[in-house]
Amino acid sequence: MHELSIATSLVELACDHARQHEGRRVTKVMIRIGVLQHVARSLYFCFDNVARGTACEGAVLEIEEVGLTVECPACRAVKAPSGLYNFRCPDCGVPTPQVVTGRELQLVSIALAPDAASDRPALGRAGDEPIYARSTS
Amino acid sequence: MCGICGCDAGEARIDGNPSPEAAHPPLIRSRTTPASHDHGHGHGHGHGHDHIHGHSHDHHHRDGHGHALQSPGIVPDTGREHLVAIERGILSKNDGFAAANRARFAEQGMLALNFVSSPGAGKTSLLVATIEGLKKELPIAVIEGDQETENDAERIRATGVPAVQINTGRGCHLDAHMVGHALDSLPVERGSLLLIENVGNLVCPASFDLGEAHKVAILSVTEGEDKPIKYPDMFAAARVLVISKIDLLPYLRFDLERALDYARRVNPTIEVVRLSTETGEGMPAWLEMLRRQARAARAGLPGGAGAGREERGDGLAAMDHRRRAAAI
Ligand SMILES: Nc1nc2c(ncn2[C@@H]2O[C@H](COP(=O)(O)OP(=O)(O)OP(=O)(O)O)[C@@H](O)[C@H]2O)c(=O)[nH]1
Ligand SMILES: [Mg+2]
Ligand SMILES: [Zn+2]
Repeated sequence: MHELSIATSLVELACDHARQHEGRRVTKVMIRIGVLQHVARSLYFCFDNVARGTACEGAVLEIEEVGLTVECPACRAVKAPSGLYNFRCPDCGVPTPQVVTGRELQLVSIALAPDAASDRPALGRAGDEPIYARSTS
Repeated sequence: MCGICGCDAGEARIDGNPSPEAAHPPLIRSRTTPASHDHGHGHGHGHGHDHIHGHSHDHHHRDGHGHALQSPGIVPDTGREHLVAIERGILSKNDGFAAANRARFAEQGMLALNFVSSPGAGKTSLLVATIEGLKKELPIAVIEGDQETENDAERIRATGVPAVQINTGRGCHLDAHMVGHALDSLPVERGSLLLIENVGNLVCPASFDLGEAHKVAILSVTEGEDKPIKYPDMFAAARVLVISKIDLLPYLRFDLERALDYARRVNPTIEVVRLSTETGEGMPAWLEMLRRQARAARAGLPGGAGAGREERGDGLAAMDHRRRAAAI
């Protein structure tokens, strides 16, 4: 369910951007997700579902997963803890609450189809009648 | 229709009614007024919109408009796929709504708290006990989030305090947009305490800022000590940790010190309160913390801390004075 709400926000954001480009169809969506977000693979499924009937329909979702690194206050260095649930420096054992990477939840970029009308007239271009209604699915 | 937003809160219902945007076409309205995208998140935070030229063909244009949602000024460019760099938080829209809520709370001198826990940790029980302890001193309002039922809001209303129930349907957390709408249907007074009970879930609510002053994470002693490291984001996102149901400790093998050690690993500055709503143990310290935080929130209002309350002349304001004097 977490995945569903992330997918919804993601499709919304990607469609906003697509609209700035003559409502072109989105062919690819690239995102960056940190391991601490606990996002499951079902995000792919949710994305496809939510994208239906929008400019993102059929787009490929590419996920770049970012590992956990923390800053050790004792070593004054960025370290990779030995486990996801072990917020301690792997070298000196000091607690390391300062997360450096692992919390990302970013839309990196989108790829847009060559032109608005391309092979999907149902998605229309700017000026057409509503194109994002769920009833189109 | 929702005049402020272009986003969709799915099947969320507020007090049983579809939330205003349920009337919108789902997800994205096809033709929104450009202005409607502007509220919430400020522009000019530099997410470039330049086209990345990853392929060898030569585009000559760069429509380097500095923010996402202005009129596009697109250069016709048929036959080529375009890569658009965005680099924005996926939840940035929510963050925009949260900022708007936060501004509203500040303007009203309200203290808004977001209560998060796993299902059944004792959020509603704590809200009820808190209301009973403070309702004579402070105006209080409640927003209840659950996937289904009005049960929790009804428990709150039984205390005489106004409550709005948001049913999130399939949604597993409240978001800032739902809370904004719920606020519209709550009679909130200046300087009031707003208690927001999130959906019972230790994962998703961590990512969704509602505009609250801070999150209060509740961990009941029946859940095991390791929740803070199993769900580190939630405990890292909270400012206060309530260890609840401590009346049950004698019957359990719950190692409280270990739980606190885990919590401090993910959040070394987390403030801890231990309490039981069943026996009342620990409640005075909890209520005192809220009084202090509510005073700080009211201090921003013209007239300073507690301005509105002192006009009530019901003796409670005087009590508040004494308490303050004692605290100094
Ligand atoms: N012994 C004991 N039981 C408690 C305490 N606080 C709550 N409970 C019980 O725990 C159960 C769940 O309490 P709720 O307050 O409904 O929990 P909640 O977190 O609001 O639950 P959801 O909203 O469904 O996630 C109820 O049966 C309460 O009576 C406590 O301090 N001691
Ligand atoms: Mg509850
Ligand atoms: Zn170290």
